[in-house]
Amino acid sequence: MEKIKACLTAIAPEPGNLIRGLQAIQTSEGYVSDDAIRLAAEYFKVAPAEVEGVLSFYAQFKRVKPGRFTIAVCDGTACHIKGSPLIMEWLSDALKIRPGETDKDGNFTIEKVSCLGCCSLAPVMAVNGTVYGKLDRKKVVRILKEYQNK
Amino acid sequence: MNSNIAEIRLGTASCGIASGAGAVLEKLQAMAGSFAITEVGCVGCCYAEPLAEVITKDGQSIFYGNLTADEKCLNNILELSEAGRFVEPEARRAKTLPKVLKLAGRINPVSLEAYQAVGGYQALAKAQEMAPEAIVNAIKASGLRGRGGGGFPTGMKWGFLAAKDSPEKIIICNADEGDPGAFMDRSLMESVPHQVLEGMLIAAAATGATKLFIYCRAEYPMAIKNLKIAIEQINANKLNIVKGRELEIIIKEGAGAFVCGEETALIASLEGQRGTPRFRPPFPTDSGYHQLPTMINNVETFGNVAIIIAEGAEAYAQVGTENSKGTKIFALAGDLKYPGLVEVPMGITLREIVFEIGGADPANVKAVQTGGPSGGCIPVEQFDTPVDYDSLRSLGAIMGSGGMIVIGKNRCMVETARYFLDFTRRESCGKCTFCRVGTTRMFETLERITRGEGTLEDIDFLETLGNQVRKGSLCGLGQTAPNPVLATLRYFKNEYLDHVEKHTCTALECNALVQVKLDQSKCVKCKLCIKSCPVGAIGDDFVIDKDKCTRCNSCIELCPKKAISRHPNA
Repeated sequence: MEKIKACLTAIAPEPGNLIRGLQAIQTSEGYVSDDAIRLAAEYFKVAPAEVEGVLSFYAQFKRVKPGRFTIAVCDGTACHIKGSPLIMEWLSDALKIRPGETDKDGNFTIEKVSCLGCCSLAPVMAVNGTVYGKLDRKKVVRILKEYQNK
Repeated sequence: MNSNIAEIRLGTASCGIASGAGAVLEKLQAMAGSFAITEVGCVGCCYAEPLAEVITKDGQSIFYGNLTADEKCLNNILELSEAGRFVEPEARRAKTLPKVLKLAGRINPVSLEAYQAVGGYQALAKAQEMAPEAIVNAIKASGLRGRGGGGFPTGMKWGFLAAKDSPEKIIICNADEGDPGAFMDRSLMESVPHQVLEGMLIAAAATGATKLFIYCRAEYPMAIKNLKIAIEQINANKLNIVKGRELEIIIKEGAGAFVCGEETALIASLEGQRGTPRFRPPFPTDSGYHQLPTMINNVETFGNVAIIIAEGAEAYAQVGTENSKGTKIFALAGDLKYPGLVEVPMGITLREIVFEIGGADPANVKAVQTGGPSGGCIPVEQFDTPVDYDSLRSLGAIMGSGGMIVIGKNRCMVETARYFLDFTRRESCGKCTFCRVGTTRMFETLERITRGEGTLEDIDFLETLGNQVRKGSLCGLGQTAPNPVLATLRYFKNEYLDHVEKHTCTALECNALVQVKLDQSKCVKCKLCIKSCPVGAIGDDFVIDKDKCTRCNSCIELCPKKAISRHPNA
């Protein structure tokens, strides 16, 4: 709670800064909890429903705590035609979770993202922000193993 | 180290880093000792990343591509050896015309001195001396049109804002590059942030703007970082004092909503709200950010401005076609040999871009998709069309922001349309019923067709509903969302009919209409497929159980003898 408050007080309490405040909270906590919504609503003097409305509108915001490693599989046009649905399926099979879910040990979250902007390396995925390009089955298995051993 | 080396530049933009430029830089720096390596942006040859350029003392430029953090590989650079050199294919070099991208990958993006050394901010200095109307007129005379996709004449927009009598005016740089498959703006912001900012400052000089915003998507951390550094340098050197006014330049991070590329939605998001568009008029130049006169231009549009002011409108308008002047940057990707960024003169044909520049195999290209989810596909038969705003629109596609995806023969057009509708249906803000419900119904219909359960009525329904969604939506997202479906229906109706009437997908892409078979005569019984199958569909007799198989391609990719392949459903 104190950490969330610290995120907020670094930003001027104008309603126009609501998105920035929520971004700061998510950077620090990894997601935006119910408590965080309450604090942000008080701080920016808007209704909690309005905060929730903004959160649910933008794809960037997460409402549940992600795992240690978040694997973002790019499903931009270039990646899609280069086989990104297969990559998602391989990861989903290996980790036994669906896109948007976290495994029961809290290690991995997989999610589908619109475009990472590395279209020329398609298909790509990012693990905690590190981008891996030109993926095939072997590469995906190897990268996953690497993180499973961390 | 070869004594003839004057400078080594290593591309460390996002795509370079994704290809491993970080490790290469570390290793190269260790090997080069006290010799400093210049980190530069992206030269656009993404297929050869990581990429280093050596400038010799006699002024030669030598590229080394596909680098790895391996001593032997990097020694090639330090010894200037013949081995490992990268030469841009002649056709690609000859057909492109880097003007906006001229400095990208050539200078340190976050060095003001480096930008000024090659003429940076001289256009701003010139603009400071010009009357505001003269700047607006120069932009009008240049024929520059908005590069974000709409193609609205930039000079006219500037004129609208300049004519407003208001103590506060806002300029916004739209850097919410949300088209999946487009990355020109990212590259410009990462590689030449000062060029974009110079364009914005000139716009402020022309229009009397007092506050400048850059609305950049949060998925571009490096672009944001480089812009922030550049803004600090501008402020420290008082370059933000334009016509006697001290301007504030603010970066706002978007939070991932495609619709925020639309002007009024972007403004709502900038104000901290849900990014839903509103009815126009009033246009933003009349009432925008907090009801102030506001003008929004795209990153690439601003990237052109300094060039126009520096070389003059007339010289600028020499390039291009009658109604589309200058150059356009395209992000080439998909089924081709040389993906990357290319800047070409307007009026070049699609054939030249796809085959000569992109090196795509003519035997394997079916179509090209321009304009992302708002655009349409253009079949190979129409590739002699010149690339300009009006010609592309007449084909049912749009110029868009510049994503250009080459679609090979092994891709299913119905599936491609389904993919785009899945995107727009999720990104619809929900305000207009036709967009919210219509795109979902269209998506469900396409799903049915790709599962082989569609009917002929479904095809007619798509066409009717598509036209209704187009007419019944307030903003560009809804108005263009049906484009991928309507364009594929126009040019590839036979594929829809195959799915519906014959229950086959000729491209063998739609999983429900495909089965995976193992050719026993080629099989060497290595069991790799059995081990890799996530659902245990392959038995010890190497026969694939059709009901268990999910068509995930794991075995096909791993089979050393290529004995496993996809076939039409029996």
